[in-house]
Amino acid sequence: MTEPLPRLRTEKLSAMYGKFTAVKNVSLAFAPNKVHALIGPSGCGKSTFLRTLNRMHEMTPGGWIVGKVYLDDQDVYANGVSPIQLRRRVGMVFQKPTPFPTMSIFDNVAAGLVLDRSKSKREVAEIVERSLVRAALWNEVKDRLKASAVGLSGGQQQRLCLARTIAPEPEVILLDEPTASLDPQGTQRIEELVFELKREFTIIIVTHNMQQAARVSDTTSFFYLGEMVEHGATRRIFTTPKEERTEAYITGRFG
Amino acid sequence: MAQPADPAATPAPPGQAQSRSLAGGSLGDVVFKWILILSALAIPLLLGGLLYELVKGSLPAIEAFGLGFLTSSVWDPVAERFGAWPLIFGTLLTSFIALLLAVPLSLGVAIYLTEFAPGPIRRPVAMVIELLAAIPSVVYGLWGIFVLIPFLTSTVYPWLQGTLGFLPIFQGPIYGPSVLSASLILTIMVMPYIMSVSREVLLAVPEGQREAALALGATRWEAVTSAIVPYAKSGIIGAVILGLGRALGETMAVTMLIGNSHEISASLFAPGYSMAAAIANEFSEAASTLHYASLTYVALALFGVTVLVNAGARLLIWRVGRRGGSA
Repeated sequence: MTEPLPRLRTEKLSAMYGKFTAVKNVSLAFAPNKVHALIGPSGCGKSTFLRTLNRMHEMTPGGWIVGKVYLDDQDVYANGVSPIQLRRRVGMVFQKPTPFPTMSIFDNVAAGLVLDRSKSKREVAEIVERSLVRAALWNEVKDRLKASAVGLSGGQQQRLCLARTIAPEPEVILLDEPTASLDPQGTQRIEELVFELKREFTIIIVTHNMQQAARVSDTTSFFYLGEMVEHGATRRIFTTPKEERTEAYITGRFG
Repeated sequence: MAQPADPAATPAPPGQAQSRSLAGGSLGDVVFKWILILSALAIPLLLGGLLYELVKGSLPAIEAFGLGFLTSSVWDPVAERFGAWPLIFGTLLTSFIALLLAVPLSLGVAIYLTEFAPGPIRRPVAMVIELLAAIPSVVYGLWGIFVLIPFLTSTVYPWLQGTLGFLPIFQGPIYGPSVLSASLILTIMVMPYIMSVSREVLLAVPEGQREAALALGATRWEAVTSAIVPYAKSGIIGAVILGLGRALGETMAVTMLIGNSHEISASLFAPGYSMAAAIANEFSEAASTLHYASLTYVALALFGVTVLVNAGARLLIWRVGRRGGSA
């Protein structure tokens, strides 16, 4: 039995805000082309953990870490590693859709591409179209690419953000409760997309919604009070959790 | 639309001894509503009254000079011939130079304070800047005469003439009180306004915009230019307009530093005049009815210029806002 090498892994990772420790000593490995869910009650550290993976945590005032994060066995917190370059390989979608309101739909998707200035206009246009197709948004917006992104519905905006994130071809996509602000229909479309996109990307999704974790993910990690309590195949976590706290959470006794 | 409950039309239910009345004390609401309506009306009424008085006061000058007053450059109280063009030109030029210098500087400070400065210094620096806006303009004027002008005439102006002297605007004899000195004091005076309002506007940009740009692999500078400033654009324009309004109307410091000359000169080192400064200086000494009316006409023109500039600026904000920016 040969496990594929993990695309991303953490080693004894702790994340702090000033003196407060939000994530304690977490070691996790994320295999490529799988969907990994991080679940747990509010304030359990799962979002903070996610934000350490693309070094967004350190942009929060007071945010610092100890421990290691490896992307393809490269220590992303090592000296000389640029968080800018890292974030181009580890993309992120946030809880609330964050389209840039002054930009058109096209420019929103191109926003990450134009940052490295290496692509021609034609290439950018091709990638924008392909990204919108992959984000299942192309058919809805192809006639109004020059229109403002603010006119889209919440669900469309979130798919736009997904298109914007996959356009620069990251290897890992971090989703921070991507459906928390969406209606059931929008949620379903994002979940379908996540399922599609794992063929090309490694996806780590933070979610409040246990059904969502059960539906879309291959592995699930349960966080509680900053600790990673249990990690395993999603089916096993939801059917035969080993830890009492995991069972209590997934059966809805707290949360 | 539901009809408001009318107590007379609501018969007490039969057989119920004590029905609770639906009639309510709405008198307070009515009084409050009228107080608000009257206060809201007071502003346009005041404005209308002001405009009426200005027009009435300047009628002799309007009759004597017509619209030519605005383009004529003669100002001769003895011969009773007046023209406001040097004043209008001086006001527009000093305000323009002041904004040209103040806008990039103020924006730079605002961006630094919201995006780059270390946390503990952000608030204190912002407070000091807001304090600058509270200094009376006569104090700026005095400081300008005793500190700024000696410094400018001894070092900055000769240097400017030495390096950029091929430009007509930097040629000719150097005067202390001059168009450039007035413009520079205006720059210093409008900066706090533009800085503090832009700072508020930048602070109001949702964290999500900043993070979205950073998460795409933008540097902090790229996040500022591609996401944060565009989001705040219409608010920043509003800040600039506030500064412009202040620059157009500033009287005391300008009259102390501009040299008060009705001549238009190509050189910025030469003295000039502004509308507000002329009104303040000459009003008490106006000997004839026509001189008095001409100054009122200047006030009317200043009123017109500020209204035009503000209307134009509103239009700009509106157009920027319509393209998807958020105020």
